[in-house]
Amino acid sequence: MIEFKNICKTYRVAKRQAGFKNAVKSLFSREYETIQALVDVSFRINDGDIIGYIGPNGAGKSTTVKVMCGILTPDSGICRINGKVPWKERTSHVKDIGVVFGQRSQLWWDVPVIDSFELLRDMYKMDEKRYRRNLDELTRLLDLSELLKTPARNLSLGQRMRCEIAAPLLHEPKVLFLDEPTIGLDAVSKIAVRRFVKKINEEKGTTIVLTTHDMMDIEALTERVLLIGHGKILLDGNLEELKKHTSTDKKITVKYTGRIPALSEGMKLKEARENQMTISLDPHIMPVFAAIAALASQTDLLDVSVTDISTEEVVAALYKEYHI
Amino acid sequence: MKSYFSLFRIRMINGLQYRAVALGSVLTRFCWGIMEILAFFAIHQSGGDFSMTFSQTVSYIWMQQAFILMYNVIDGDQEIEASIQDGSVAYELTRPMNLYGNWFTRCLANRLSPTALNCLPVLALALLMPVPYGLKFPKAMTVVLFLASTVLALGVVGAIAMLMHITMFYTTSQRGTKIIGRAVTGFFAGGVIPLPYFPETFQKVVNLLPFAATQSTPLLIYSGALTGIDAVWAMGLQIFWLIALTALGYYATKRTLKRVVVQGG
Repeated sequence: MIEFKNICKTYRVAKRQAGFKNAVKSLFSREYETIQALVDVSFRINDGDIIGYIGPNGAGKSTTVKVMCGILTPDSGICRINGKVPWKERTSHVKDIGVVFGQRSQLWWDVPVIDSFELLRDMYKMDEKRYRRNLDELTRLLDLSELLKTPARNLSLGQRMRCEIAAPLLHEPKVLFLDEPTIGLDAVSKIAVRRFVKKINEEKGTTIVLTTHDMMDIEALTERVLLIGHGKILLDGNLEELKKHTSTDKKITVKYTGRIPALSEGMKLKEARENQMTISLDPHIMPVFAAIAALASQTDLLDVSVTDISTEEVVAALYKEYHI
Repeated sequence: MKSYFSLFRIRMINGLQYRAVALGSVLTRFCWGIMEILAFFAIHQSGGDFSMTFSQTVSYIWMQQAFILMYNVIDGDQEIEASIQDGSVAYELTRPMNLYGNWFTRCLANRLSPTALNCLPVLALALLMPVPYGLKFPKAMTVVLFLASTVLALGVVGAIAMLMHITMFYTTSQRGTKIIGRAVTGFFAGGVIPLPYFPETFQKVVNLLPFAATQSTPLLIYSGALTGIDAVWAMGLQIFWLIALTALGYYATKRTLKRVVVQGG
């Protein structure tokens, strides 16, 4: 279980005005600005959960993850993961966790991937049998057999990311932190990564903390979402609830031939192209079936699709609502 | 312990695969050695009383060229520097290993692996050189002392390098520290001119500094300029500096990590 209670963390950043004069001045005296990265952040995550941790750039996501990994020491507050305080018992704590920082690499650049994996085996003091079993399993699930003998520098980003995700799972961590694991990946690789993460969670019961800007990741993997902005937890809840909280409107996209249908009360035009329009409908004013009937009575409908507002839009609306 | 060995191994593998670099470096070392020897030949020709004979100086220079990458304090740990600069140190910290031990091991491997590629060809060329410009083989006992002293020197080099790396946690750019570091560690270690060529009073002070415990001691032992009780005393100093600097680095790392800031991403 992860327990995070009243954690605060501030950074000090040197500041100066532009220009030569100020550059010289700053050699002698510097002005610092204190940035509140985390302000009284509290949450709990139960074993076996997958949670999505979202927020705009600079909101404090990575700081939170780094505190949980024992890399950063917070200014105040309590954090316990599996009963341990990460920054105090770092070496014993990190044995039970796995981390992927999507923007960095943990593979040794110039040597074949398998050499990096064997180094991890020794670092985590795994016995050969357990290592073999996990390696074989990961190789099968992530289709790594061809990649293991290749130096990391010769892999494509998608191939490398598959190896990067396999690396922290070799030692079967209880908690896995994924910090933007799908950044820069193509659609196929993204789907593969998501499917794999889901499988690991279901089969091994690994607790997963996922930070991402890709709302499809969130949609595919998590039910519970934590929203952070300006260092504060703003929302903690179910994705569906978040959607309802934001808007209950339905999005209707129609393709038609013939004349342009007129809109009834409760419909709002979002986007119009030739023979195609997207309408936002308030189902409290006009039910969905009535809206479709009204449109169909005016023109020849070729295609209709009805969806909820997208997660992407929910998050954008939330960021706007909280001014973050 | 096994994890340190593996780390050492992977760094060695990593360093052993650059053939072009090795070839280039052998040629550079060889040419540089000849140039230095000619300079010292001219100095000795012009007369004067030196505390090192020409033949000792020749051996000193060849051994220095053969092992130069091992005695190098500043350059060679690019990947450690990069990890501090770009924040990959975050990954290091998620490993169940002490960071000092982790990096110290890599510092040693980073110096041993290029040396393993370099030293034999340079030594072979040096042995083939005509008298009096060639490398001489000393007595077996001297070679044993030299090897022991080289191991100690490598440890001291690693410990000083670690202190340099730790300062990089506090500075945004490493350029300044490296320029100063390169000058100081090279000059006071007899990297430019062997220490016996310096005035006596200067030598008395410099010999006590940790820099003399790097390349100067083993090279002087090999060349025969440092013998008997003096050699034992110098190696004692090497052991002292190795312990003192490692302890200091270990403590400094621990303190630094409490306030480390990993930005972005």
